[in-house]
Amino acid sequence: MIEAIRECLGQEMEADNRVVVIGEDVGVLGGVFRATDGLQARFGKDRVVDMPLAEGVIVGSGIGLAMSGLRPVIELQFLGFGHQAFHQIGQQVARLRYRSQGRHSLPLVIRSPFGGGVRTPELHSDAFEAFYTHTPGLKVVAPATAYDAKGLLAAAMESDDPVLYLEPLKGYRLTKDEVPDERYTVPLGKLRVARAGADVTLIAWSAAVNVAERAAEELSEQGISVEVLDLRSLNPLDIDGVSESVAKTGRVAILHEAPLTGGFGGELVATIQQECFYSLEAPIIRISAPDTPYPLGGVEDLYIPDVDRVVAEVAALAKASA
Amino acid sequence: MSESRFLPNFEPIAPFSRLTDSGILDSGESPMSDDAVIEALRYMMLTRVFDDKATSMQRQGRFGTFSSVRGQEASVVGAATALDPTKDWIVPQYREFPALIRHGYPIENFALYFMGNPKGGTIPSNVNMLPMQISLAAQIPQATGLAWGLKMQGGDGVVITFFGDGASSEGDFHESLNLAGIMKAPVIFFLQNNGWAISTPRENQTAARSFAERAIGYGVEGVMVDGNDLLAVHEVTTQAVAKARAGGGPTLIESVTYRTGAHNTADDPTRYIDQQELEKWQQKDPVERVKNYLRSRGIWNENLEQELLDSCAAQIDAAMESARNTPLATSDALFNHVYAEPPQRMLDQKRDWAIRNGDAQ
Repeated sequence: MIEAIRECLGQEMEADNRVVVIGEDVGVLGGVFRATDGLQARFGKDRVVDMPLAEGVIVGSGIGLAMSGLRPVIELQFLGFGHQAFHQIGQQVARLRYRSQGRHSLPLVIRSPFGGGVRTPELHSDAFEAFYTHTPGLKVVAPATAYDAKGLLAAAMESDDPVLYLEPLKGYRLTKDEVPDERYTVPLGKLRVARAGADVTLIAWSAAVNVAERAAEELSEQGISVEVLDLRSLNPLDIDGVSESVAKTGRVAILHEAPLTGGFGGELVATIQQECFYSLEAPIIRISAPDTPYPLGGVEDLYIPDVDRVVAEVAALAKASA
Repeated sequence: MSESRFLPNFEPIAPFSRLTDSGILDSGESPMSDDAVIEALRYMMLTRVFDDKATSMQRQGRFGTFSSVRGQEASVVGAATALDPTKDWIVPQYREFPALIRHGYPIENFALYFMGNPKGGTIPSNVNMLPMQISLAAQIPQATGLAWGLKMQGGDGVVITFFGDGASSEGDFHESLNLAGIMKAPVIFFLQNNGWAISTPRENQTAARSFAERAIGYGVEGVMVDGNDLLAVHEVTTQAVAKARAGGGPTLIESVTYRTGAHNTADDPTRYIDQQELEKWQQKDPVERVKNYLRSRGIWNENLEQELLDSCAAQIDAAMESARNTPLATSDALFNHVYAEPPQRMLDQKRDWAIRNGDAQ
């Protein structure tokens, strides 16, 4: 997946000299995960810029760069550090178009790895997506495959709306699938049916999609047919795509790495019961982390929902009735 | 063995000024032509007329909470008149009425904004400014990035951003000066030290002897100017603009002034302001100082003053009238301009709101 992101950045920078990449360690090092490896050598220090270590001004100056006519792509090294830029993202990035009554648009992409499972030091691994989906004006996407990583990033960079583009920390090297060489886009706001099924709809995004697919495989051996939806985009949300699947299965499980309370799963539950109430055959379940802080790496496997837990909870759901 | 050296070990700086408190120019040549001074004075008087009118309307419930410029007119106008509106940018806070008007932002929009009408946020496409900023200091990184971006694309535009002594305590101030120094961004950090952040005195913002000297820590030039001296502010800002345009990078200007009015119309400064200090600063009133200067040049008289006042009043009255006659927006105003390509869900909400409010076609 990391190669797909890098390839996309290179192709977009090649095609449009207004694209600049700024962030911590994105230059010579090529980013701590190498997403920008080689870009500074190709496009120069003006277009791939190692920034001082200050997330607030990285995002805030990105707004200014966009105002000057450029199309910045900002790398936030970890979403866990996004809090230090949250005032700029939540109050400024998301609202500039509205506050200027359309005079200024903000073609800006903030890329950031998030989520756990790779034994990072403390405070690197939280799944904070719900903070940002609660921020009108900001689009939020979270690809799970290398194909989507490239296509969604291209679409995000093409958009005149600001986009938070979340990358699965765990999927960077783990996720390998076919990626075409040429440029293409994957539209924002369209989910992907990762696996078709008839009994239960299992909704996930980013790294959790892989967990969901593996659980679905095991469940199929128990005779339970699970449809796995990869949301890809949290805002805009593909409500029609979700409804279509739920109308077919009548049973829904939502899987995410974030804590339960206030997580994006709650938004999905509310939306599904509104849109698909008469299709539901059992209460919707959420499979999430507990309402506790993200722990140290040694115990993170207890925290993030794993395949066994998903299999057990979805198997119970398949038998449950309203 | 050398002695360890603890910083700072330099003399504190004093504000640069050109006019005495009574408006007499020092021995040097004036940095502004008489016509330029009269034009600037008109902006200062226009601001007073606007502030008085808006305050009175606010008391009658016809205008929202807003912050007057009173006491800081020379500071704002002196800085603004150093800019070329065709290529320079203003990244404002909220207490810079005359700078925005000179740059081309309509008075009517300014009034609408403080009347709570979203249309007030509209910035005409040929006016180089960002929206007013309420979240203190959040505009400073944006100004820095804008200046850096203009430079990167080979333009010679310069960016000025306004903020106060209080906002300089925010992390955004620090991060921005640091980045601007590294990138040699053509940005002017115009810090209006007006003595107060609502009720918090300047002494509670920093132990530094001046705000200007904080620039040193970022490898940026700092300068301190008498903010109630139009000529001095104009001169210093003009120099900073010329330096930035020529590739010389950022400047931090500390404009030492005093907020002789309230923080805003909801504030009661009698609870904290020292009356003697206030009176001392009222003696240095920036508008009177410019008038005295023009008197000393033999080109100011009561007729001219009345003529200017009348034209300012007519301009403000017309803008206020137009703002008052602008219908309050329909429910569309909640939804328009949030996205370039709105999510369907928000469009559904827009339709529902329109139906509920009777705005539907």
